[in-house]
Amino acid sequence: MPIILSLKVALASVIIVTCFSIPIAGLMARREFWGKDVVESIITLPLVLPPSVIGFMLLVVFGKNGPLGVFLEQFFHTRVVFTIEGAVIAAVVVSFPLMYQSVRVAMENVDQNLERAARTLGAREIRVFFTITLPLAWNGIIAGLVLAFARSLGEFGATLMIAGNIPGRTQTMPLAIYFANESGDMRTASILVMIMTSFSFLVIYGLNRWGKGARRDSRGGGTNA
Amino acid sequence: MLKAHFKKKLPSFELEVDVSISNGILALVGHSGAGKTTILQCVAGLQTPSWGEIAISNKPVFSSELGTNVPIRKRRIGYLFQDYALFPHMTVEKNVLYGKPKKGSASEQVLTAGDVLEMLKIGHLRNRYPSQISGGEKQRVALARALMTEPELLLLDEPLSALDQNTRSTLQQELLKLQAQWKIPFVLVTHDLQEAEMLGDQIIKIDHGQQEIIKEQGEQGKPEKLELVRGLNNAR
Repeated sequence: MPIILSLKVALASVIIVTCFSIPIAGLMARREFWGKDVVESIITLPLVLPPSVIGFMLLVVFGKNGPLGVFLEQFFHTRVVFTIEGAVIAAVVVSFPLMYQSVRVAMENVDQNLERAARTLGAREIRVFFTITLPLAWNGIIAGLVLAFARSLGEFGATLMIAGNIPGRTQTMPLAIYFANESGDMRTASILVMIMTSFSFLVIYGLNRWGKGARRDSRGGGTNA
Repeated sequence: MLKAHFKKKLPSFELEVDVSISNGILALVGHSGAGKTTILQCVAGLQTPSWGEIAISNKPVFSSELGTNVPIRKRRIGYLFQDYALFPHMTVEKNVLYGKPKKGSASEQVLTAGDVLEMLKIGHLRNRYPSQISGGEKQRVALARALMTEPELLLLDEPLSALDQNTRSTLQQELLKLQAQWKIPFVLVTHDLQEAEMLGDQIIKIDHGQQEIIKEQGEQGKPEKLELVRGLNNAR
């Protein structure tokens, strides 16, 4: 089922993206170092590149003769081209900048005096991060999750190039819709489109509601000073 | 006890300070932009001086000569920010408990949040969030939070400037009382000379990075000065 496959890919992608984007965004929001602008540009690059360029680059890196492709083949006897892992990699690369951007902006907006106050109260950097910065950047993290999930779910171009279109193995929803339409199977295409649309709606609606609830808790209700 | 003699380069001038206080309140007074807050931040470790030495309770926390720069969390200072800097996502009680020393730490006193909250008359607010209390109450919470860490020095950055006249006078009285009770030196930054005169045992005016002593500490200050110089030498 393409829907299950899409879901697996999007979920795996969001988990990976979350694990990496939060520490990297934290670092980029608060530390100055040489070459920071270059790093920033590289991280954001997939946002502006066409998916076909990303797909091509992934093939070069992970392909049979690519550096990571050879490494994976030799040490793990595995490959990612034309597999679901390939689809996950494509989704991670395209959705990472979205999550990263919104988390970084949210962290930059956390009042630095609050972090300073925590330090004067004896907190180590790691405690400052987990008890002050992260909870106060919650809105941005939720927004980033929504965007990353949506982008992962909808990834088409790069996925097609690196994972191909193997029904039951790598054929995600967007691919299934495209190929159903191509082969004139309008019925399947429209059913898939409807499932995809309503499912995406539900996920985003749910995440937004959840985010709002968490926000209300963290802000301690109304303002009646 | 605080002894600080340092320089710090700022964009338009160089700040130079030489202050020491063993007990009571040291008031730093001056216009905004004169460098008062920078002094507090250097003492706290939020900024690094370009040259000099800072010692808190006879322990050097910064020395350009020795290359010492003790991290903020180990300086045992309490810091009151001008905007209170209360954590908006935590209740008053959680705010106050944030810096409570863990069990088994070196501190002899066993302070409970209840004691401190009651002392500052904010016990009834413990389950409120900062957005639900008034400015004067926020200041009390910030004080309680800073004292909870059992600091050896309390730094106050324009603590009363955002409050109305009545709340202000009440809190001025309470600061005096607290200082007498707590017996640790307070360093208070203000732009209001009247407030400095009312609270300060020692008043120093800061203007364009240069200091001018307006009021000296009482007689007992002098022998103690010798004592702390000795202490500094011993610490090395």
